[in-house]
Amino acid sequence: MLKSITPLKIYILFFLVFLYAPAILLPIFAFNDSAIVAFPLKGFTTEWFGVLWETEALHSAAKNSFIIAITTAILSTLLGMLAARANARYKFPMQRPMMGLIMLPMVLPEIIVGVSLLVVILQLGFDLSLWTIILGHVLICTPFCIAILSSAFMNLDQSLEEASFDLGQTRLATFWLITVPLVMPGLISSLLISFTISLDEFIIAFFLAGTEPTLPVYIWGQLRFPQRLPSLMALGTLLLAVSLVLLILAEYFRRRGARKTGTTDTGGFL
Amino acid sequence: MSEPIIRLNNIDKFYGDFQALYDVSVDIKRGEFFSLLGPSGCGKTTLLRTIAGFEHPSNGEVFIDGKSMRGVPANERPTNMVFQSYAIFPHMSVAENVAYGLKARKTPKAEIKTQVAQALEMVGLGGYGARASHALSGGQRQRVALARALVLKPKVLLLDEPLSALDKKLREQMQSELRNLQRAVGITFILVTHDQEEALTMSDRIAVINDGRIAQLATPHDLYQRPINRSVADFIGVMNFLNAGAINETSKGYETSVAGLGKVIVPKAQAPDGIAGNITVGIRPEMLTILIGDEKAERETKAKVSEVFYYGDMTYYDVMLDGVDTPVTISMRNTAGRGVLGVGDTARVGWGAESILLLK
Ligand SMILES: Nc1ncnc2c1ncn2[C@@H]1O[C@H](COP(=O)(O)OP(=O)(O)OP(=O)(O)O)[C@@H](O)[C@H]1O
Ligand SMILES: [Mg+2]
Repeated sequence: MLKSITPLKIYILFFLVFLYAPAILLPIFAFNDSAIVAFPLKGFTTEWFGVLWETEALHSAAKNSFIIAITTAILSTLLGMLAARANARYKFPMQRPMMGLIMLPMVLPEIIVGVSLLVVILQLGFDLSLWTIILGHVLICTPFCIAILSSAFMNLDQSLEEASFDLGQTRLATFWLITVPLVMPGLISSLLISFTISLDEFIIAFFLAGTEPTLPVYIWGQLRFPQRLPSLMALGTLLLAVSLVLLILAEYFRRRGARKTGTTDTGGFL
Repeated sequence: MSEPIIRLNNIDKFYGDFQALYDVSVDIKRGEFFSLLGPSGCGKTTLLRTIAGFEHPSNGEVFIDGKSMRGVPANERPTNMVFQSYAIFPHMSVAENVAYGLKARKTPKAEIKTQVAQALEMVGLGGYGARASHALSGGQRQRVALARALVLKPKVLLLDEPLSALDKKLREQMQSELRNLQRAVGITFILVTHDQEEALTMSDRIAVINDGRIAQLATPHDLYQRPINRSVADFIGVMNFLNAGAINETSKGYETSVAGLGKVIVPKAQAPDGIAGNITVGIRPEMLTILIGDEKAERETKAKVSEVFYYGDMTYYDVMLDGVDTPVTISMRNTAGRGVLGVGDTARVGWGAESILLLK
């Protein structure tokens, strides 16, 4: 038993603890009956969740975040789908540089995206709103969607679309009846990733938010008040649970889709 | 009836600077089993896809049933295609796959049901309708692809190497099934293949394609017996090539001197039209015999056996003729009492003027 404890295993253990310990602390302190976030633990309470329930500002922030995340997920997946398909299916002049430019926001510092979008929006005379945040989020999410969907479209046998067309279907119907169902696992992954990115994105939301903050912006504002900390822990616990459920659901649907079409399982997270 | 179902008029096809098809013109008859045969990359698929409407000719025109197909997209052409990968829709059942084209035509539901059942019956998949299509074997996928195309009763069925993904036994079975199916439905089939044996056994006529050009268009029999030039002869079956001198036209035929065999007069029927100058002759392995005992032939030449390949029913010999560097292959049926020679033996090779083909 002792023999099998190698340095490599110790390293793996530390690595996992480092990754997950902070996340595990969230639910622990969320149920701790003390206003001070510190060990030793005091006792069990659900008081902090009750506080969340009664905080109106939090509810509207959460609502904003979900509206933004859902809209962003749909828009960036749609845009990503168009770009990924065009890239996989056609050869056109300047293809590589064009794709490179589209993918660039993936590595662009968000602070640059946030500030420059703010300047442009104000110069154009638009008011800051949920839509301006959505604009910023679509910009940074689309490259991720393209990356995910590209592999889905690359793996799609082109002759399937041709067969549908050959059998008398129109191009549009072919797209809905053949293409979309077959890249559905990729679409689900793409929706999920962009939803998650948008949900916890802070910098762009901070710059582009008008009078309506998103959840991360709201949380940041609350950190100044130490007595609010335990209820933020409770909020964090809820967000963690939502992310987990979403991830598991998405993975379930993706695998079921892959099984149904008998295609090889690629591009999953779990 | 005499009007061709498909007429290709001087088709050129360019991909950028690369020319894939050169001035291809063919008439394909109604109800014909027509094959496009050629080595990989010669342009067979390009030609088939041009007929289907997936590629557009750079020059020339495609006519189907007398109508110009210029500007007619694939989904409006009276052709259907069986793809090399079969392209069975993996998220649909067998029946949904076969019903796909009928649904696109807005056929009434009840009618779809009976037609799908009939089509599946026809390809030997009766009762398979509810199966998930991704769980089918290669041969079954092939049949689904056939049923899916034939249920639409196209004027022409296009098949792009439909058998190449199957193992040998299944391939041979599908060859005869496909042939029978074609006779039963009476639809024109155009088959792309790089397998000369497949083309010979299945087709009414074969177009041999080489480097984007039609090298020869003939029945299987003519193609085998009278290949027009060396590259066609090389592609169809096994052929020995021997150099020959200039030919002399005489009343009995063409006179020439063949390396290793000597002077011979070849009947004109065994030469393509317009042959002249220095030529090559071709001899099929089965046109030569190894003489034993007191067997006799029109002409006889001595040769040394350099290799023996024993196949059970047949033996293939490689023999060296005097003054020829490359071995000549002879095939012999292993009939009762006929022994097998060994390497190094001297063989008496029997042949005649009838054995020899003159090639351009
Ligand atoms: N879309 C394309 N763009 C550029 N070149 C192409 C394209 N499609 C085919 N070609 C070229 O045209 C030539 C003929 O191709 P084609 O697919 O018709 O050959 P084939 O006879 O079907 O060969 P195979 O037996 O390998 O399928 C090849 O040299 C190929 O590289
Ligand atoms: Mg091909």
